[in-house]
Amino acid sequence: MIGLIDIGLGNQRSVANALEAVEAVYRPCLQPEDLASCSAFVLPGVGSFADASQRLTRQGWLMALNQEVQDKQKPYLGICLGMQLLATTGFENGTSPGLNWIPGEVQPLAPRDPELTIPHMGWNDVLFHEMETGLSKGLGTSACFYFMHSFQFCAETAKHVKGITEYGSQVTACVENHHIWGAQFHPEKSQGAGLSVIRNFNHLVSARHEC
Amino acid sequence: MSVKARLIPVLLLKNGLLVRSEDFQTHQIIGNPYNEVARFNQWNVDELVYLDITREGEHDLRRDDLKHHNSTNFLDILENLSLKCFMPLTCGGRIRSIQDMRERFLRGADKVIVNTQAVRTPSILEKAASVFGRQAVVLGMDVKCVNGSEQVCIACGQEPTGLDPVQWAQNAEKLGAGEILLQRIERDGKGLGYDTDLIQKVTRAVNIPVIACSGVGQFTDYAAGIRAGASAVAAANIWHFKELSDRQGKRALHEAGINVRLPFSTDSRPKRRRQARPKRQSPPFDFKQETILA
Repeated sequence: MIGLIDIGLGNQRSVANALEAVEAVYRPCLQPEDLASCSAFVLPGVGSFADASQRLTRQGWLMALNQEVQDKQKPYLGICLGMQLLATTGFENGTSPGLNWIPGEVQPLAPRDPELTIPHMGWNDVLFHEMETGLSKGLGTSACFYFMHSFQFCAETAKHVKGITEYGSQVTACVENHHIWGAQFHPEKSQGAGLSVIRNFNHLVSARHEC
Repeated sequence: MSVKARLIPVLLLKNGLLVRSEDFQTHQIIGNPYNEVARFNQWNVDELVYLDITREGEHDLRRDDLKHHNSTNFLDILENLSLKCFMPLTCGGRIRSIQDMRERFLRGADKVIVNTQAVRTPSILEKAASVFGRQAVVLGMDVKCVNGSEQVCIACGQEPTGLDPVQWAQNAEKLGAGEILLQRIERDGKGLGYDTDLIQKVTRAVNIPVIACSGVGQFTDYAAGIRAGASAVAAANIWHFKELSDRQGKRALHEAGINVRLPFSTDSRPKRRRQARPKRQSPPFDFKQETILA
């Protein structure tokens, strides 16, 4: 059972629709106590880093998530802000702490090309560093996904970055650290390629169950 | 490799039915609100804008025989159509408060468009950006020439505000809008092409993406919008009245040298080798063989 985490932000509905489309078994998690009954988590995110960081701490999500994902090693998929929250620190609306599961910082996008608008909005190609593993299984070396963000994940170690996209400079598109995944793009809104990512996550979750 | 120019169908919903629009005034009924969304999703379109232009009254599909129950409000319709929408869904119309936005996000919207209310209480943009992030807040801007000057008009284009489009766009960007849907009221439904001067003026003045809308009559009209500086090109009527409107629109943009997402490139299944299929010697109307091969 995948827990769809609802911290009061984000486009839960779109992600739920996508989970349903790939026939994943999921339940919404409206409070930290709901996490224990799930074997994996998806955290969608629309909103600002500071706001989300506060919600995580104040509403008790932080401790519960650390317990479930860090201690019990349950798989996690963060989408957009949910991916950025994996970082150590975020600099959107001030400085706030993230989950620190993938060391790094969340910095504003600053493309050198003045023609490029902020937010980075629309479909862009993602180049995967590895093929046939993790979330990009079956997608080959690159695929097109929908992005909408003004901040980017700058990982401390390159090995956690599994895919990049180009927007003035290289932007982290997806990250991975053992059983923790994150996508800057919106797989739930990226048609076939996006649904493949969600399906891959669901398979990874079920595969862990079997062994 | 960089971000692609987007091609966006705009669906207009009025009292529960999709309509075609001209001048923001004349509206012809086209059909029920779900079928088109399902079709666009199947076509793998880039994004969808869904505008509720109902001025008063309820949403009535006028059909009891369809499998959808008669939805009496926009939120029900949105909830239903989001089930089949795996592309970004931008919703606008009658949004007056943060709560109205939240209701839409909860039902599957990815971005919301604020138009009239943003002029009446500009701080709503600020609030919305802080709650939902600026990438989810789109300013709807309808422009018309009134007494010889271009003005922003609100309330479905009926009420001139005296605001200068360029200044208002810049102001809205500062307040928190993350994108602008730019419409030229006189061009609506005319099929004479975009108002590229207006698009150019606005896109030069802001650093957020602009979606150009109003005026597309031919697929070749799209490219001018992108060349004028728009990040995305949108249209409504052409999507209802021309065949294969996504594929042909994309092809026209592609042929004009614009970087677009080709409708067939992102399919996750292994690509079928089309060219490798040997040409058949049999007569072209051999239906039996056609079916087997298909």
